[in-house]
Parts: sequence; C-alpha cells; structure tokens
Amino acid sequence: MTGDKMKEPLLSVRDLVVEFPTRHGTLRALDQVSFDIGPGEVLGMVGESGAGKSLTGAAIIGLLEPPGRIAGGEIRLRGARIDNLSYEQMRRIRGRRIGMVFQDPLTSLNPLYTVAQQLIQTIRTHMDVSEADARKRAVALLDRVGIPAAARRIDDYPHHFSGGMRQRVVIALALAAEPELVIADEPTTALDVSVQAQIIDVLKEICAERGASVMLITHDMGVIAETADRVAVLYAGRVAEIGPVRDVIQHARHPYTAGLMGAIPTLEQTSDRLVQIPGAMPRLNSIPTGCAFNPRCAHVFDHCYRERPVLRQAAPQHEVACWLTEEGGA
Amino acid sequence: MLAFILRRILQSLVVMLVVALVSFALFRYVGDPISTMMGQEATIADREALRERLGLNDPFIVQFFDFVSRAVQGDFGISYRLQQPVMELILSRLPATLELALVSGVLAFVFGVGFGVYTALNRRGWLSTTIMSVSLIGVSLPTFLIGVLLIWLFAVELQWLPSFGRGEVVDLGSWWSTGFLTPSGRASLILPAITLGLYQMTLIMRLVRAEMLEVLRTDYIKFARARGLSNRAIHFGHALKNTMVPVITITGLQLGAIIAFAIITETVFQWPGVGALFINSVRFVDVPVMAAYLMLIAVIFVVINLIVDLLYYAVDPRLRVERAGAGH
Ligand SMILES: Nc1ncnc2c1ncn2[C@@H]1O[C@H](COP(=O)(O)OP(=O)(O)O)[C@@H](O)[C@H]1O
Ligand code: SF4
Ligand SMILES: [Mg+2]
Repeated sequence: MTGDKMKEPLLSVRDLVVEFPTRHGTLRALDQVSFDIGPGEVLGMVGESGAGKSLTGAAIIGLLEPPGRIAGGEIRLRGARIDNLSYEQMRRIRGRRIGMVFQDPLTSLNPLYTVAQQLIQTIRTHMDVSEADARKRAVALLDRVGIPAAARRIDDYPHHFSGGMRQRVVIALALAAEPELVIADEPTTALDVSVQAQIIDVLKEICAERGASVMLITHDMGVIAETADRVAVLYAGRVAEIGPVRDVIQHARHPYTAGLMGAIPTLEQTSDRLVQIPGAMPRLNSIPTGCAFNPRCAHVFDHCYRERPVLRQAAPQHEVACWLTEEGGA
Repeated sequence: MLAFILRRILQSLVVMLVVALVSFALFRYVGDPISTMMGQEATIADREALRERLGLNDPFIVQFFDFVSRAVQGDFGISYRLQQPVMELILSRLPATLELALVSGVLAFVFGVGFGVYTALNRRGWLSTTIMSVSLIGVSLPTFLIGVLLIWLFAVELQWLPSFGRGEVVDLGSWWSTGFLTPSGRASLILPAITLGLYQMTLIMRLVRAEMLEVLRTDYIKFARARGLSNRAIHFGHALKNTMVPVITITGLQLGAIIAFAIITETVFQWPGVGALFINSVRFVDVPVMAAYLMLIAVIFVVINLIVDLLYYAVDPRLRVERAGAGH
C-alpha cells in the first residue's frame, strides 16, 4: 500500500488462498486475495454469485466449513495475525471484535429462543455484566436498530417479527459485543425491496457512530455507491480491481468492472443498469490460465492467455489486475 | 391452547372408538364364546338360552354399544381360561409391564440421546464409528435373540443376574406391586429392560444423530458461532434443543411401542406382565383378555400421543399461534 495518509489498517488480508481438497484434485476458491480495511471504513465487496465473497468473509472470521481451508496468505487484525489462532482464541474474537451479519434473517435466528435470550447470551459471552445489565443493553440495542417498543418486544420469539425487523435483530446481535469490524454478507438480498435501504442505513449509521469498520458484501452496485468508501471487485476468487468507490464507478479500469458498472460506451442509454456480460464465470476446476476473465473479455490479447495479471496501482489507492492497465496505464 | 387440547382429545376418542370396534369384532366373531363357555356336552337349547341371556342375538349396534359402555366402566367380562374378571387380571399384571417399560424407555432415551449427540459431535472419531457399527447389530438382531444371548452371558455364564421373573416384589397400595424396592427386584429388571429397550435406543440414537447433524448445518448455528458463543452453549443449548423437537414425537411413540413389544421380552424372561398374559390368552383363544389387551394398548398409545403433543407445544414456540394472533 502506498497511500501516504493511510493509518494502520484495521484488517489486512494478504495473498489469501482458500482451497477445497476434493477427490478430483484441489479446488482453489480464493487465489491470492489481498485488501485492507481502514478503521471506520466501509469496504464494499462485489462480484457475481460464486466469486468467493462469502468465502472471504468466512475465512476472516475463521468459520470456513471443512474441508475448506486457508492454504496460504495471512489475515491480520490491528497488525496481529488471526488466521492461525486456535479455535478458542478465535472464538473470543468472533462477536467481540468481528461481528457478522448473514443473508437470510428468517433462518439466522434460533426459533426456540426469545430475542432477549439470544441477545443476553451473546452479550454475557463477551462482557462481564450481570443478567440485568445485559438486558438493559439489549433493550437499548434493539431500540437503536429501530425495533418499536423494544422493551416489550424483546421477549418475543423470532417468528413474531417481520423479515425486516428480524434483520434488525440480527444486526443488534452482530453488534451486541461492540465489534470493531462488521462483515455483512448480502444483508438485504433476502429482504423486501421496500425495507432494504432502511436496513443498510441502520447498519451504516450504527457502525459510523461506534467507529466500527464494515465489509459490505453485495451485488447491488447502487448500495455500494451510496454506502461504501472503497470497493473491491472479485472475479473467480481473485481481486480484479479495488479502489475508492467514486473512482471505480466513474473510471473502471478492469473490463469486468466496466461490464458490471454498465459503463460500456455503446450502451450509454442504459448505463445505470447492470449490463450482462456475455458468458459465465468459470467453474473452479476450469479456471483458464492467465487472466481468469480472458474467455469473456472484449479486450483480450495474447499476453492474457499466458500470464496471470497481478494487482498494480493504476491511480492513487486504485489497484487493478489487468494487462491493459499494465501496458497502457500507469 | 384449550381448543388445541380439546381437538386432540376428540381425535383420541375417535381413535379409541375404532379400536373398540376391532376389539369387539374380535370378541364377538373369533371362535364361538358359547361353546368355549359351555363345553361340548351342553344341549342346543341350553346354548340358545345362554346366547339369548348374554344378548348375543341382539342387533350388532346394540351389542357394540353394550360392549363399549361396559368397557368404559372397566368391565371386559370373565376370562374363559382363568374364570376371573379380565380387568382384575390385567390390573394385577400391569405394574410388572409398566415398570419394565419405564426402565427400558428411560434407558433407551438417555443412552439414545447421549450416543446420538456424541456421534453427531464427533463424527469421525473411532468411538463414534464403533457405536454406529454396534448399533447396526442392535437393529438387525431380533429381540428374542438378544434376550437369549444376554441370558446366556450374564445369567448362565457369569451368573451375575437372574434369568427370569421379577424377583421379590413389594405391594404398594391395593393393586400396585413394585420390583424397584428390593435388590432382587432391581437386578431382575436389568436384562429384560436392556433387551426391550435396545432397539428403541438404537432408533433414538440414529434419529438424534441425523437431526443434530442437520441442525448443526443451519444458519442459526452458523450465526451463533459467528457471535463467538461457546461450543457448550451452541451444542447443548441451541443445537440440542432444536434437535429434540422432532425427537420428542418419535420417542413418545417408541414408548408406546415398547409396551406393545414387551410381549416378546416378557415371554423370553417369563416376566409376569400383560404381554405374557396376552400370549397365553392367544394360545387358549381367551378372547375377552385379547380384546381387553388390545384396548389397553390403544389407550396407552393415545395417552402418550396426547402427552407428546403437549410437550411439542411446550418446546416449540412457533406452535403457539394464538399468541402471535393476539398481536404480541
Ligand atoms: N464446500 C465447498 N466445496 C467446494 N467448493 C465450494 C464449497 N463452498 C464453496 N465453494 C465454492 O467456492 C466458490 C465461492 O463461493 P462463495 O464464496 O459462496 O461465493 P459468493 O458468496 O461470492 O457467491 C464457489 O465457486 C463455490 O462453488
Ligand atoms: S488481463 Fe486481458 S483478459 Fe484479463 S481483463 Fe485484462 S484485458 Fe481482459
Ligand atoms: Mg455468498
């Protein structure tokens, strides 16, 4: 990183490799993924389904499902490595220092426990407070995420809440022990369109209030544009482009990002809509050599088949993994 | 809640009525009660007189109604074989069967859930593999064979435990005799209880294991892990509680099955319960006892079902729809 005024990052992911050993060989689902998240920063992460967004989140919080495993690289939280901790050491970080919000609020909450029970348990797991104090905190938290009549509703079971309200409860749970980083994995995808913006706003506001950083996984560029400070574009388990949101949206350097943004010149009329890039992302067992995007790229040239492009700086704080940038740009 | 219970009770009554019909048909049409009661030398006139006196010439519906109303009062007539009121016979044998079933049921439940949880949490450990393989033998061996093997090993070879009977029993109140209070009574329970409960234990274990593995894959368990809850809280709180919702139903039904299957175990161990009574009745075509036994098993199933439903309701808040409807 060359960003001169960039403070020490809160989270730093370097050359992260995640693999799944299978009978037919090892699948490499994340390949040398690198990015930082600064304190209080919101990093958006986009990419089509299967790009490796959720795996990145799972790897950071240490909950990759076996046989998936971190096969290389490192993850640091405030400078200290967290990718090689024991289960118990990592457990103390989960919820306490890194919170996580999952996609589907209908299935994220245990149906047999009241919201109060789940919140109080989470708070008391990480903080040395009495049951009564934990309950007070829990009510305040629910109130903060926008549950009306929180003091009364807290003793309800999850199925008494609507989808949007449940996701607010999930956010309250993720933030219950005041983590420094919140990973939100498509937090609104499962929700009614009418409440999506509210949920994102609540999440963003509370994190800003507390100075918590956010890694916001989504495939909605609109949400990224409004919410994130920087954005990372993932393609086939690799970072294609990463940079300040405005920069990436207005001057996408990577052909894939450009496609995502709908910034292809001939399609100016529909430039605000997501443009379908022809073809599909390769399966993990058939990622082409060289640039993973080469079968779909309109600008492909011979070098792209031979060698994999690495992230290079194209503008201040803006990095791109594409041979075009390499040759024509910075 | 009240409506729910009432509905269930009504359904139970319908079930009981159907069983009563089967019982009655058995009672009335299997063999000829008159010849069984009077023997070969009675005259045709005598037979007709008795037939008339017993109401056997009345229309079917009248006879059925009569049967049911007497059954409700606990009157199933006189045993052909033992010349004693059937109800008295059954009541005197019931404690033996219920105590055996209770011990078997508790063993099956405790070990079934314990092993199920253990094998789910330690999926690849050698102990889990061993338990799973042994349990496969448990389901595939017939009950009487298990009983005979246990008798051979623990009663004949090692001579640790008695091979038959209830041991010494103590009378409690007017009709309950218990084997729980004497050492020989307790020792006598062990082998038959294992024999009777083994199959159910295996079943519960496999069910718990499968359910638990399923639950451990759910989003709310992932979210609980992502919040840093301890393994203990996740496994024995969040996961086990959700596992138990479907397990309760099956376990309840298995308890009913235990009482019904006690027939074989009671025969192998010469256990003086209702199952052994039933087998002897079948041998002598003692139809009143058979009919009463059928009704008894039905009552037990229905009562267990009712309890299971209520438990289900207590465990799973989603079933308490009235509350949500009331707008809480
Ligand atoms: N258990 C697994 N075994 C093999 N491949 C997996 C497994 N879990 C995920 N993957 C693969 O990892 C890739 C990334 O998945 P994921 O991170 O869920 O994508 P995203 O969240 O971006 O939609 C996908 O190609 C998926 O097929
Ligand atoms: S490296 Fe080549 S194939 Fe890959 S995106 Fe750039 S131009 Fe296209
Ligand atoms: Mg995903």
